[in-house]
Amino acid sequence: MIYYVVVSTLMFFAGVYGFVTRHNLLAILISLELMLNAVDINFVVFNRYLFPGQLEGFFFTLFAVAIAAAETAIAIAIIINIYRNIRNINVDNVDKMKY
Amino acid sequence: MEYSYIILLLPMLMFITLGLCGHKMSHRTAGLLGTSGLFIITILSYIVAAQYFMQPRVDGIYPTVTPYHFEWLRFTEWLHIDLGIMLDPISVMMLVVITTVSSMVHLYSLGYMHGEVGFQRYYAFLSLFTFSMLGLVVATNIFQMYIFWELVGVSSYLLIGFYYTRQSAVAASKKAFIVTRFADLGFLLGILLLSYYTKTFDFATLTSGDVSLVGTTEGKTFLGISVASWAMALVFMGGAGKSAMFPLHIWLPDAMEGPTPVSALIHAATMVVAGVFLVARLFPVYVTTPEVLTFITVIGAVTALYAAVVACVQTDIKRVLAFSTISQIAFMMVALGVTTEMNGHGALGYMASMFHLFTHAMFKALLFLGAGAIIHAVHSNEMSEMGGLRKYMPITHITFLIACLAIAGIPPFSGFFSKDEILAAAFEKSAFWGVWMSLVAGLTAFYMFRLYFNIFWGKEAHHEHTPHEAPKTMSIPLVFLALVTCFAGFIPFGHFVTASGLSYTIHLNWTVAATSICIAVVAIALATWLYMKPNDKPARMAESLSSLHRWAYHRFYIDEVYMFVTHKIIFRYISTPIAWFDRHVVDGTMNLMATLTQSASYHIRGLQSGRLQSYAVVFLLGAMIIAAIVLYCI
Amino acid sequence: MEQVANQVIFFLLSAIIVVCSIMAVTSRRILRAATYLLFVLFATAGYYFQLDYHFLGAVQVTIYAGGILVLFVFAILLTSKLGEKSDRISSRKRAWGLLAAVLGAAICGYTLLTHDFFPSQFAQGGELDMKTVGHALMGMDKYQYLLPFEAISVLLLACIIGGIMIARKR
Repeated sequence: MIYYVVVSTLMFFAGVYGFVTRHNLLAILISLELMLNAVDINFVVFNRYLFPGQLEGFFFTLFAVAIAAAETAIAIAIIINIYRNIRNINVDNVDKMKY
Repeated sequence: MEYSYIILLLPMLMFITLGLCGHKMSHRTAGLLGTSGLFIITILSYIVAAQYFMQPRVDGIYPTVTPYHFEWLRFTEWLHIDLGIMLDPISVMMLVVITTVSSMVHLYSLGYMHGEVGFQRYYAFLSLFTFSMLGLVVATNIFQMYIFWELVGVSSYLLIGFYYTRQSAVAASKKAFIVTRFADLGFLLGILLLSYYTKTFDFATLTSGDVSLVGTTEGKTFLGISVASWAMALVFMGGAGKSAMFPLHIWLPDAMEGPTPVSALIHAATMVVAGVFLVARLFPVYVTTPEVLTFITVIGAVTALYAAVVACVQTDIKRVLAFSTISQIAFMMVALGVTTEMNGHGALGYMASMFHLFTHAMFKALLFLGAGAIIHAVHSNEMSEMGGLRKYMPITHITFLIACLAIAGIPPFSGFFSKDEILAAAFEKSAFWGVWMSLVAGLTAFYMFRLYFNIFWGKEAHHEHTPHEAPKTMSIPLVFLALVTCFAGFIPFGHFVTASGLSYTIHLNWTVAATSICIAVVAIALATWLYMKPNDKPARMAESLSSLHRWAYHRFYIDEVYMFVTHKIIFRYISTPIAWFDRHVVDGTMNLMATLTQSASYHIRGLQSGRLQSYAVVFLLGAMIIAAIVLYCI
Repeated sequence: MEQVANQVIFFLLSAIIVVCSIMAVTSRRILRAATYLLFVLFATAGYYFQLDYHFLGAVQVTIYAGGILVLFVFAILLTSKLGEKSDRISSRKRAWGLLAAVLGAAICGYTLLTHDFFPSQFAQGGELDMKTVGHALMGMDKYQYLLPFEAISVLLLACIIGGIMIARKR
């Protein structure tokens, strides 16, 4: 069932496209979730098709979901803090510390 | 003589003190400090002079003494620059002249500059000037002299431009500096030529006769003139610039923009005679190149006549005195030029020149200080604003009259003796120069008395307030210098300063003396007839000689010729293309490089945007390309 | 029959995933983008169920769809006005993004489709029972994951504290 992987590839590159084009920090985060999700699918599919007797892919996905949750929580906290300071979350405007 | 270094050191310390801490002092403190310092070194230099001339003669001449001498910069075996103090008859005489005039000017300035802004700066510059002038005259070698030569140029520049808020003063100081710098270029070339062939800078060696410039340059010529003559003529060019010889005289009349005591010190008595001193210092070398001496004579004679004619029609009293100074210095130059040998009758001119330098410094300083007192009283430089001042300013009147008589050559005032020696020397050379210089002497008497009568007699001008006699600090120097002028003629000068150093007794040549007195008396009588009582004779005379009068009044348009040459020719046809080349080709290359760098970095800058998303695109594309290569190309 | 039904469902889920992924990254309204993401996540959970990983599917639905998405929606509601459209993306940026995405998809897709390394069917081992999962998670032997589990729990604790620290008002 190669098509699982093809779909996840499309999903991943949709995420890439969103990551490099969007201005909104939350939209970028959404794109990031898409990419992460595509990778999760890959792990699960490889585990199931190629090594059905083992659980590495399964557990990797499980932990990845947990880490994604943590990462999202922190990212959103940061974004809200940025919003409080500069009243928007446009990635081009977050340059106070750059210069 | 052991303390002679103090004479040099004290003014320098004074300059540093007044220059650095002057603004913290009151005017009074600064003035008194400068003046008392000057009086100390005046006394010291009198002591040095007394000691020097008291010492026994060796072979009939006063030995040259170098109390201090050290090697400063050694480049090669023979090329080394030394510093030191050299005392010989002319430098000792110059020490006396400079310190006397300078101390008088310092004292006088206490009154004249009273309350001026920058009083402390003024005294600092005066000290700097005194230091550098003294360093110039005691220089042991030509390079040390050159260094101090430039220092006097700088201090002259600073003092001419003392009123730096006045546009004309700034222009005058620049003019003086540029013209003398231009002449100093010739001086430097002359020094290089001279020392290249003689392998020494040292005056003692140069003048001792051990090395011969003519001998070492035997057979070498440039443009048909021998190298020895070139070297000495170029050195003379430096002297001509400092001493305002025609055609490098243009800066001196403008230099009168400076304060009047400065004109008295620098532009009448001391600095402008540096050129004469230079020629005198190197005279043993000049004697070996008679064509250069002829050249000096011609230049001097032309300058003397030119300046005297111009002085006859000027209306600004300081300008009259400035042209008179040029004329008198030209007298000294002529006297040096007509000297043909080191001993005997032909050497009279040298002594006469030095003698005239001495007396002229005194009476010309007196004239300038008197003019300063007058200007102080009427607040104007124009003769038409004066007239009838003899009633209000008796001391100034008497001292000015003494100085006028001295410069006109009336016995027994000092100018008579020295000028008479010059005329005698000129006649000795040829009757032509003798007649020429006698004529100039007559003109001198005429314009000085024209000045005198216009100021102190004639129609009384309307004054806003009654002119008054100058304060004590100003009249004491006048009286002192007038006394010197009265009696300096009786100094047996030939006993002290001669070309060879051998004592020489001055014999008045009564034929020459009587002629010159007659000419002077006639000229004075003419001036009296024209200017003593208010009348229209001068106006009518100017009318009948209108073109000559106009030319003389505009100084024969020499300044305009300079302006034409510099602006119309040099600036337009040389400087403008060079400026264009500099701006467009030289700068253009640099600008092109800068523009290229800038635009390159401007375009590259886009890569370092700091935007994470652009980085991500680049990173991804790179990863893709690598992946494609790894998967399909290998 | 079951085979065909499975395939139909698979293609349905695939269509949802592809379409909604693309919509999620191109929609100019951020709330809609989040909604499309929700659909993608649900469809992904559907994949997991299809692959007989029921536990993972449940985790996906509860944590991703239920937890993270709610966080997203909160954040969106806090930081943008309703109905607000984001700025149009500059064509230059869009071109670069498309280039990267299409080129990547092309290379990966081409590689996948030209290499045959997948069995067309997976061995029907039935679903994993919870006991196996629980033992693997809590065991300390080989292929058992107590240590990562604990590490993750510490990480989550750190995240809780960090999140509070960052987001609290000063």
